Amino acid sequence: MEFLVASAIGVLTSGGLYLMLRLHTFPVILGMSLLTYAVNVFLFASGRLTVGAPPILSDATVYTDPLPQALVLTAIVISFGMTAVVVMIGLGAFLGSDDDHVDDPADDPVTADDEVEGTS
Amino acid sequence: MSLFIIVALPFLGALLPGLMNSAGRSACAGVTFAVSLAAFVGLLTNLPMVLEGEVVTARVDWMPALGLNFTLMLDGLGFFFALLILGIGLLIIAYARQYLSRDDNMGEFFTYLLLFQGAMVGIVLSDNILLLLVFWELTSLSSFLLIGYWKHLPEGRQGARMALTVTGMGGLAMIGGMLILGQIVGSYDLSVILENRDLIQADPLYVPALVLILLGCFTKSAQFPFHFWLPHAMAAPTPVSAYLHSATMVKAGIFLMARMWPVLSGTPEWVMIVTSAGLVTMVLGALIALFKHDLKALLAFSTVSHLGLITMLLGTGTAFGAMAAVFHILNHATFKAALFMSAGIIDHAAHTRDIRRLGGLRKLMPVTFMIASLAALSMAGIPLLNGFLSKEMMLEEANHTVLFGSAWLVPALATFGSLLSAAYCFRLIGHVFLGPVRDDYPAEPHDPNAGLWMPPAILVVLVVAIGVAPFLAEPFVKLVTASVLGDTAKVPSAHFKIWHGLVPALFMSIIAVVGGLAVMAIFTPALRLWDRAPRPEAKTIFDAMLESVATLAQKLILPLHNGAFTRYAAIASVAIIAVGYHAWVTGTVGAATRSVQTAGPVFIAGWLMLVAATGGMVLMHRNRLLSLILIGIVGLMVSVGFVFFSAPDLAMTQFTVEVVTIILLLLALNFLPNRTPIESTVLRRVRDTGVAVAGGLATFALAYYYLLRDAVDTPISEFHLASSYKGGGGTNVVNVILVDFRGFDTYGEIIVLGIAALLIYALTEALLGGPVRARLLNRQPDQARAGDVHPMMMVVLTRVIMPVVILVGFYIFWRGHNEPGGGFIAGLIVSIGVVMQYMASGFAWTSSRLRYPYHGVIGAGVLIAGLTGIGSWFVGKPFLTSDFTYVRIPPFEKFELATAALFDLGVFLAVVGAVMLSLESFSRLARRAHIADNEHPMDIDPSRGDPAQIGAKPATEES
Repeated sequence: MEFLVASAIGVLTSGGLYLMLRLHTFPVILGMSLLTYAVNVFLFASGRLTVGAPPILSDATVYTDPLPQALVLTAIVISFGMTAVVVMIGLGAFLGSDDDHVDDPADDPVTADDEVEGTS
Repeated sequence: MSLFIIVALPFLGALLPGLMNSAGRSACAGVTFAVSLAAFVGLLTNLPMVLEGEVVTARVDWMPALGLNFTLMLDGLGFFFALLILGIGLLIIAYARQYLSRDDNMGEFFTYLLLFQGAMVGIVLSDNILLLLVFWELTSLSSFLLIGYWKHLPEGRQGARMALTVTGMGGLAMIGGMLILGQIVGSYDLSVILENRDLIQADPLYVPALVLILLGCFTKSAQFPFHFWLPHAMAAPTPVSAYLHSATMVKAGIFLMARMWPVLSGTPEWVMIVTSAGLVTMVLGALIALFKHDLKALLAFSTVSHLGLITMLLGTGTAFGAMAAVFHILNHATFKAALFMSAGIIDHAAHTRDIRRLGGLRKLMPVTFMIASLAALSMAGIPLLNGFLSKEMMLEEANHTVLFGSAWLVPALATFGSLLSAAYCFRLIGHVFLGPVRDDYPAEPHDPNAGLWMPPAILVVLVVAIGVAPFLAEPFVKLVTASVLGDTAKVPSAHFKIWHGLVPALFMSIIAVVGGLAVMAIFTPALRLWDRAPRPEAKTIFDAMLESVATLAQKLILPLHNGAFTRYAAIASVAIIAVGYHAWVTGTVGAATRSVQTAGPVFIAGWLMLVAATGGMVLMHRNRLLSLILIGIVGLMVSVGFVFFSAPDLAMTQFTVEVVTIILLLLALNFLPNRTPIESTVLRRVRDTGVAVAGGLATFALAYYYLLRDAVDTPISEFHLASSYKGGGGTNVVNVILVDFRGFDTYGEIIVLGIAALLIYALTEALLGGPVRARLLNRQPDQARAGDVHPMMMVVLTRVIMPVVILVGFYIFWRGHNEPGGGFIAGLIVSIGVVMQYMASGFAWTSSRLRYPYHGVIGAGVLIAGLTGIGSWFVGKPFLTSDFTYVRIPPFEKFELATAALFDLGVFLAVVGAVMLSLESFSRLARRAHIADNEHPMDIDPSRGDPAQIGAKPATEES
């Protein structure tokens, strides 16, 4: 079981990384979501794997580690916020220029003049 | 009045002018004046204690572990400076009320002014050098705002930037110096540091600390070679110049030198650095001032020169020098503020400050003439005015100072500086006020109303009073000198007198005045010579230095930061994997301590689905809708995995977040192309695969290894499990951690979530307000729309289900403390219920029934959570301490009431608001695009006679 969970984390990371290195916004966003799953499961697994012992106090003597769960719970909600912001930025960029590439065009580098404008 | 209140008043008062802005200019100035007056009176209430030589203190521990405490002290020196800052501040406020025109935003001006005032008072009352640094930086920032107040003037912006750069860099150096000082002494409290003179001066780090602190002082007080920023700061409105450059900002460096005088002065290094910097500044400033044609530039360089004089006096390291310095600080503040204000009056009346275009104003502006002349003569060092007294003392002190082994160097330069100083004062009077009345002024000069001339007049009364009766100022100056000297030396017994007899200082004074008149006589040829002489322009050098630093930075950054996101992502991934690999091969791994658990067929099936869905996404990511469906499967499997591994709360959260995320991505996909074109080369895809596989293997290995090993130390979770019920009153440990043990974290998280939602809203607004709007309105959908956009079945179903959703949300929320559930999950569930209404009945229909805007819901949530936390203060507990009790209301079971539930309510509201605001923003884009607002909740409704034909074709086919 440990092997399967660890390999699932590995597979999610691989898929996430590959998609994140794509050139268009949508696969990159999906890649980030996959990576988020991987990270969340990874953090969750730091409490080790326990079956059938939820951290709800009862007569039981064994409970799973509650702390990673609490941390991951907020992480899940925050990652929704992050995804939404990234999607909005990607969407705004696409609507503004009809181009959903994540990289700046190579022939339009930031010119030196743009940068020093503020210092004169 | 407590010192805390004196420091806090200007900061708190800074809120008022902005609020009073619409109440009129007088109300705005009046409230500012009242705030300053309150602080001023508060300061005076401490006068009796200070006069008795007592040191008033106030202390609150802020971060004791770092040695940073909010400790204030008021001794003679602090009182003196606070008196100047607040007293002259009052005059400046009155003057600014008349000076600023109707186009200037007065509330903004007075807000900056009060911030600056508070920061200055903070500096002079700090008893902790770290606290002093905080206020020091605050003066740099607030003076930046003040100098750049006229944002439309490029000189104003450039001057403000230059001032910030120079003083900010000096401040950085000073932080280093102060930290060294604190390390030597072992305390950051000024009162402790001041008692450790021998310890500090014997330390090998004394010289670095001295140099760093002096860098801060010299940049702030515009000492050579940092003098160049001050004249450029003259682009500010005149009240700002008068305030910053007579009594406050530039005196901060002087203040600090005086404050640190007992521990830093007296060594050969101190005398050499400080005296020579002061001397050079004094002579150079006076020389440049003489040939400036702009009235304010002349005054600016004369300020530089006089600051050099005071620095020089402090540098001599004798008690008499310190006393002369204190006296000159007082005198300079009075006559220079009066002169700046007079310059402002002339600028106002004649619409020019160019000395070459002025002259003969004596007859046209007699009141201003009186004020400005008396102040200028005092600056020139004419007897019966206060400038004479301190200048005499300066020359006396210079006469005894030996620098670089030469006994005549300092006296000669000091006399030369005084000569130039007298010359520019005479020029100011002669070329502006004397001479014939001209007929080519840009405007008709006239005396202003009393509001403008009264503040400088009050100062000139002081100038004359001290000048005629020096014994009035003597006890006070000696009191201040005593606190400058500390225990290191006795206050000199010399009395302040106009006539000392035929001492060398008198002859030097006479040489200066006569020489000044002589320079005036040959001014025209001298000016011609000056204009021909090549001189380095400080601003050009400064700009060139900035330019070269910027170029260097670009050379470093641009190749790395070239706008290619994929490149950054690849570099970051490879770097992280490499570091992990390094740790892996160099570290040691212990033997496995946990046994492998066997997995059943259901678990393996779930794993297969997850892996297959992820693989499918990678292979078919070009079909965007398909990959969206596949990621849904991945999310579902992760949720199921959470259930399986004893994490019901996580499963519920993941599941509900999954729903809203998919809706969000669908909304986005509505605008984006449906397919991703193939653009990357095979080589690139192979490279990316390599990175991805390496990353996957690395995380797999790490996860697998730690899953088979126990934690090296006992986790804190034992504590959580043990005290969840006893301390937090709930049996769901995860929820208790969220709302109680780590409530502060959660509070931060809902704020972050709220900010993210507001950011999305703001981006939407920006998009809809810009050129994108037209593009959206003209956009044609790339696929045929469904005829029945709002199907009857779905509308009815969501309507029926809504109360059920709310009930489920309520239930999940309320049981959260003891059973899986809680504010986060309940918030997500209710959001889904509301989103369904949008989807089924349409945007217009739903939002017209919206009673509270989502921003408000977020705000209410954060506020409720925050107030719950603050509530525990009232029972003397730290922020967010929770309390609970059990109540029983028949016929219900006994249940628990916890303040944590109130906090959870805040979480709930913030989550609902944030999720809904994000999704609503996205659909607002869609709504603008191509779909007309639906009139009815259902497009096709049998009970209506005329089904609206919104979606064209399919609907017509049906009918």
